[in-house]
Amino acid sequence: MEKVLTRNIGVDQKPTDLKAYEANGGYQGLRKVMAGMSPQDCQAVISDSNLRGRGGAGFPTGMKWSFVPSDDKCTPGHKYLVCNADEMEPGTFKDRLLMECDPHQLIEGMILSAYTIGADISYIFIRGEYLLAIQRLRDALKECYASGLLGDNILGSGYSLNMYLHPSAGRYICGEETALINALEGKRANPRAKPPFPQVSGLWGRPTIVNNVETLCNIPHIIDRGADWFKTLGLGEDAGTKLFGVSGRVKNPGCWELPMGTPIREIIEQHAGGMRDGYQLKGFLPGGGSTDFLTTEHLDLAMDYNVIGAAGSRMGTGTMIILDDRTCPVGMVLNLIRFFAHESCGFCTPCRDGLPWSRQVLQDLEEGRGQPEDLETLSYQIKYIGAIGNTHCALAPGAMEPLQSALKYFYDDFKQHISSGRCPYH
Amino acid sequence: MPTIFIDGQELQVNDGENILEACLNAGLDLPYFCWHPAMGSIGSCRQCALVQYQNEDDTRGRIIMGCMTPVTEGARFSLKAENATEFREAVVESLMLNHPHDCPVCAEGGECHLQDMTVMVGHRDRRYSGKKNTHRNQYLGPLIHHEMNRCITCYRCERYYKDYAGGTDLGAQASHDHLYFGRHEEGVLESEFSGNLVEVCPTGVFTDKPFLKQYSRKWDLQSAPSICNGCAVGCNIAPGERYGKLKRVHNRYNHEVNGYFLCDRGRFGSGYVNSDARLDYAGIKQADGSYMAVHQQQALETAASWMQGKKVAGIGSPRASVEANYLLRELVGAEHFAAGFSEAEAPLMASVRRILQTTQAMIPSIKQIEAADAVLVLGEDITHTAPRVALALRQSVRNKSFELAEQMGLPQWQDAAVRNLAQDQRSPLIIVSAMETRLDDIASQCISLAPDQIAEFAVSIVEALAGEPSSNKQANQIAEILQSAKNPLIISGTSMVHWGIVNAAVAIAESLCTEPSGCMLSLCIPEANSLGVALLADKSSPSLPDLVNSPPEVLLVVENDLQRRLNPQQMEQLMSAGTLVISMDMLENATLGASDMVLPAASYAESQGSLVNMEGRAQRYFPVFEPAAERLPSWQWLLKLAALTNHKSLSKIEHFDQVVAACAKSQAEFTNLVDAAPDQSFRDRGLKIPRQTHRYSGRTAMNAGVNVHEPQQPHDHESPLAFSMEGLNRDQPAALTPYVWSPGWNSNQSLQKFQAEVDGPLKGGTAGVKLLQSSASGATQKASCEAVEMQAHHWQLVPVHQVHGSDELSVNTDEIAEMAGMGFVSLGAAVAHKLGVSEGDGVVLASGGTEVSLEVRILQRVAKNCIGFGLGYAETLYLRAGSLATLAVDAQWQRPQPQLIASDKATPDPIVAEGGSAHV
Amino acid sequence: MSKSEMIQTDIGSVLTAEEIAEIDAELAHVPYKSGAAIDALKIVQANRGWVSDQCLQGIARHLDMSAEELEGVATFYNLIYRRPVGEKVILFCDSVSCWINGCDDIKDKISQTLGIDYGETTSDNSYTLLPVPCLGACDRAPVMMVGDDLVTHIDHEMVQQLFASAEQGSAE
Repeated sequence: MEKVLTRNIGVDQKPTDLKAYEANGGYQGLRKVMAGMSPQDCQAVISDSNLRGRGGAGFPTGMKWSFVPSDDKCTPGHKYLVCNADEMEPGTFKDRLLMECDPHQLIEGMILSAYTIGADISYIFIRGEYLLAIQRLRDALKECYASGLLGDNILGSGYSLNMYLHPSAGRYICGEETALINALEGKRANPRAKPPFPQVSGLWGRPTIVNNVETLCNIPHIIDRGADWFKTLGLGEDAGTKLFGVSGRVKNPGCWELPMGTPIREIIEQHAGGMRDGYQLKGFLPGGGSTDFLTTEHLDLAMDYNVIGAAGSRMGTGTMIILDDRTCPVGMVLNLIRFFAHESCGFCTPCRDGLPWSRQVLQDLEEGRGQPEDLETLSYQIKYIGAIGNTHCALAPGAMEPLQSALKYFYDDFKQHISSGRCPYH
Repeated sequence: MPTIFIDGQELQVNDGENILEACLNAGLDLPYFCWHPAMGSIGSCRQCALVQYQNEDDTRGRIIMGCMTPVTEGARFSLKAENATEFREAVVESLMLNHPHDCPVCAEGGECHLQDMTVMVGHRDRRYSGKKNTHRNQYLGPLIHHEMNRCITCYRCERYYKDYAGGTDLGAQASHDHLYFGRHEEGVLESEFSGNLVEVCPTGVFTDKPFLKQYSRKWDLQSAPSICNGCAVGCNIAPGERYGKLKRVHNRYNHEVNGYFLCDRGRFGSGYVNSDARLDYAGIKQADGSYMAVHQQQALETAASWMQGKKVAGIGSPRASVEANYLLRELVGAEHFAAGFSEAEAPLMASVRRILQTTQAMIPSIKQIEAADAVLVLGEDITHTAPRVALALRQSVRNKSFELAEQMGLPQWQDAAVRNLAQDQRSPLIIVSAMETRLDDIASQCISLAPDQIAEFAVSIVEALAGEPSSNKQANQIAEILQSAKNPLIISGTSMVHWGIVNAAVAIAESLCTEPSGCMLSLCIPEANSLGVALLADKSSPSLPDLVNSPPEVLLVVENDLQRRLNPQQMEQLMSAGTLVISMDMLENATLGASDMVLPAASYAESQGSLVNMEGRAQRYFPVFEPAAERLPSWQWLLKLAALTNHKSLSKIEHFDQVVAACAKSQAEFTNLVDAAPDQSFRDRGLKIPRQTHRYSGRTAMNAGVNVHEPQQPHDHESPLAFSMEGLNRDQPAALTPYVWSPGWNSNQSLQKFQAEVDGPLKGGTAGVKLLQSSASGATQKASCEAVEMQAHHWQLVPVHQVHGSDELSVNTDEIAEMAGMGFVSLGAAVAHKLGVSEGDGVVLASGGTEVSLEVRILQRVAKNCIGFGLGYAETLYLRAGSLATLAVDAQWQRPQPQLIASDKATPDPIVAEGGSAHV
Repeated sequence: MSKSEMIQTDIGSVLTAEEIAEIDAELAHVPYKSGAAIDALKIVQANRGWVSDQCLQGIARHLDMSAEELEGVATFYNLIYRRPVGEKVILFCDSVSCWINGCDDIKDKISQTLGIDYGETTSDNSYTLLPVPCLGACDRAPVMMVGDDLVTHIDHEMVQQLFASAEQGSAE
């Protein structure tokens, strides 16, 4: 398979500087555009490519961009492009790789995206703990400014763009695009109510697009090589390639660029090397901590948005977390719920007070204090917290996904915690 | 008007409103927490959930939040669907995880919105077995008590305090279920409107601290519709009484005036009603200067005998009712009736009266002020001279954001979204003042000028409006802003005691009236009934100096401490042995101390009357409880005097309504006074309006600890209200609404059951009536003002008004006195630097023969050559606006120690109600 | 210059000229001063390890914000420390992949070695132990950050090696 996003990333994971990036075809897409492609042309290519957001929700990127009002349809002022590099979804470690090893690919993607939507200012909102990525992006930005790839009149095109790096002060909720915008404004990162969507009223009340790192990294390649090429990359219905990862007790945990639609079994058994000796696969979260468990029966499904959706889970970030037969599913869910309860921004009631309630029930179960009615209470909480629309944003419903599916697939484990008055895995 | 369906019921709803509003308008009980009619929606509490269906065939539907969902034609909802009721119950259950079960000792108990909503959703049994989160409380000053453990994180306090009232020192901290609402460090809340937290908080996090010290439950309070006498805005209040003590003041909704909010003077400044300095008995001065207490009748007979055949003059009062002032005028005759203004104030008030009766400009209500899209303030620090108006101006600058929202199809009630969209874009608010004001933070422009120059500057604006651009660029620019506004507002007033400023402000308004937009004009005046008494004074009325110069044989003073109006020499001359002075008032003061006879007057809480506010609106207040001891309302003292002196018209009058009728007949301006409130004969379905709640306890036994005789319930012969729990408090005229309470809605949120629609007028209309109708003949007069001539090393004195400190009555409340601090002088940083003093140091200020030591306060923005003095303080009593003064460092000065009341910190006094602990 | 010397109380601002210059550089690309609030907190913290009340007030003044508003921001985020921390902060990942790979056990080992629990600092002030959400290095779990360094594949020996020299016991 042709490597696209990781073509500059070797096994040594050394960073690619401007020279090396350009030597391998970098900034060709940008030069092509600056030489004469209009924003409308770019928009058409991206829309046509069927690129879907790689941050977790899978929203079509071209459609998202198309909601940005053109200059004649909004009050004069700035428009913003923001890169969401706040990778904090438990079990997710793909954007770190892209930023540490090939920062220019992201920057080029951002310049092209900003040009398309008419943005003149862009931000990279990056996890504060990603110190290496921060340093490498900072270096890359310097190189870009020095060579006229950023700043005024980029490559003599008349188009100007400034790009700033904003390391986060740390909060999972900042991954939610409107919370991220509040954080960029220097405020408490509570998500905003939608509508209005950020495309219309985002950062500082201005039209704003927020895209994930991996999404933006795809842009230069699509612009350079066209939508049709991009569509051929996928094995199934979704276009392009994707970084898939596996963590947990597998032989070779890691992250690989593979075609969209790669079967799950191939990812786990070939790329991750299968389970470690003495461990059996019991289930897995296909795309990070806020996706529903799938089990061995789903191993032959393709990693496509709709396929995973039909199986009752979500593609999410495409980084799988493996539950093995010697790990307690109740404990695993407790770990996740504890995380989500702590990372709740505290804005809406079901999330702020409901998640700690779930955490407390799970803790009782895990520590052997569970009562038969606790399972009923958990089901009640799933109904209460789990539906999108019941809460202000998607954090709490996401938190309920592993819980509700664990109850479905591993119900006996829950029962056993109650009947034996202890965690059977300890 | 769209049609929506709720549980199959077809409803016509208002365009642009949300489903929660539509439900409340339809009388449906949909629980909510974070939404507030004045603050809109943010969707945080998730309590107002309903199920929305796609269409008639959709049987599952999905949960939506009522407050975040706009009404759309044909939309279908259910309140009763099981998933909706279950969800709403789950929300309360999770809120209760951490809420303490301390309702029995919580000051909110019995009027707690959280209690109501908990009962409403049917939550009862607790499933959570974990520990409750706890927090440390903060000392927030003498007015507000903080109990964070009770917080349910609805964000209302923060949104009210910061977003609505512009406070900066209270906010949300931390996150997830550790959220905390408080200050960065302990300390006195800075906002002049902090008291509204008590009513905004849906539970007992922020409670009324003075009330806590003498606590009673809401159901045990006896309340009456009343009007705040703290300033000329005329906010409607609902004071509550028990055991003969005024316990607390709550907001009383008036759609056009105060809406949902009061200032802290209005809410907390009534403590003087319970003061030990209140007069209980009439007294006659003895030769040795002491007073002999006498019975009412004896006092009256003596007074009548003193007046018999003598030249009698009367001094009325801008803080006494229209009725008391009217009776005094009739008793002594208009030519002997002084309105009771100071020499400087009298001509200003006469001008204001004339302006209001002749201007082409519209005199706005507070509701209308909120709609202004460009505001020019001349000379006033509104937050301190007409506080509730300042709160309205904070809303008016948001009109720019509403305009932007409208362009985007975003409803105004989408509060967070509208704020995010507009960021700091505001409608223009231009402040021209001698010193920084509390609205500077939202002003588009602040200009610092000495009072004379403010007037001059305003005249340049008038010229620019007339098409003669002046050399003053700023003035031209302001003229342009005002001309391009759709709804401009000019605000000025008497606080600088400067006729030139007022006149120029009026001229600007008049000249904008030639534009299609027209113009609103709002003039701030000093006291609760300044306009009412100004209307009673006519050309023949003497001024105070007139009376000083030719003293009458007998002088009747009604509720007026003349020390605040006269200089010491004038005061002495007026009170000299040659004149027999009879004064009636509430609290000991210099005038009473110099009078030959004193009569104990009832406070506003124990009497009935009308006040005319700054817009000419007459509003009626009613007694909350019967006056104690031998106190009588001033109107009754005067009526009894009239009877004893056989006054030809007044001696036929016995009742309050007759006084109102006579006053209404006496001059055209008062014709509408009879409509300020229904008269005594009003009955609602045959019954009087009860002052006591239907759950009022111990009515016959509450005084058994004092006296086992069961006293007869007092009868109110003067109003349609009863000192009783029998009767109906429902849908009556707004002026007669003593409190709000509705089945299932025990908290102040029951107000929505009294409103005709959400945020609209009450079902019983709007209390009060406008007295004045302008002839619109144009109010401009040529200004002729003598400019203050500066001298070397001298400063011009500018009065600095204070919400806490400048008002005569409220400072007699302990908590307000603590907030007011001591008399001060305000200096610009440069002057302070030159003098070598810093904040808290002392200076000696010399002006017009007086020398006083004052504390230094340093301001960021002060006009050249000006210094300010705190108005209304004992130390500054004889300083006059516009006088020249010199300053010197006070070498003897000792910095005052910060006043922390020990009981506010670690060990609060146990709360025991009078009458024994059984009544707690 | 020691940390305590950097606190200048006499000139109205506790921030150093360098800190102010760094904050001002951030101000250049935000339309409102408060927009740089988080950057400013991080700048001061990078310099001093944590954000004291005094510093918070200083930053607030410099950004024309109220201390309350900035406090609300500072206390919202995990990586702004409003209490003193040791010279190095151990950000210990306790999220799901690390948990599966036995991080609870490693955490106990660290606590035992350093004598501190979450939120505590060793008595020699060298380490503060804090939990952190998923560090995005799940393929190398269990992981943590010690100061600026990412430490992966942690096991008992590694803990011993890293922390054996540090003094035991917590100090408030």
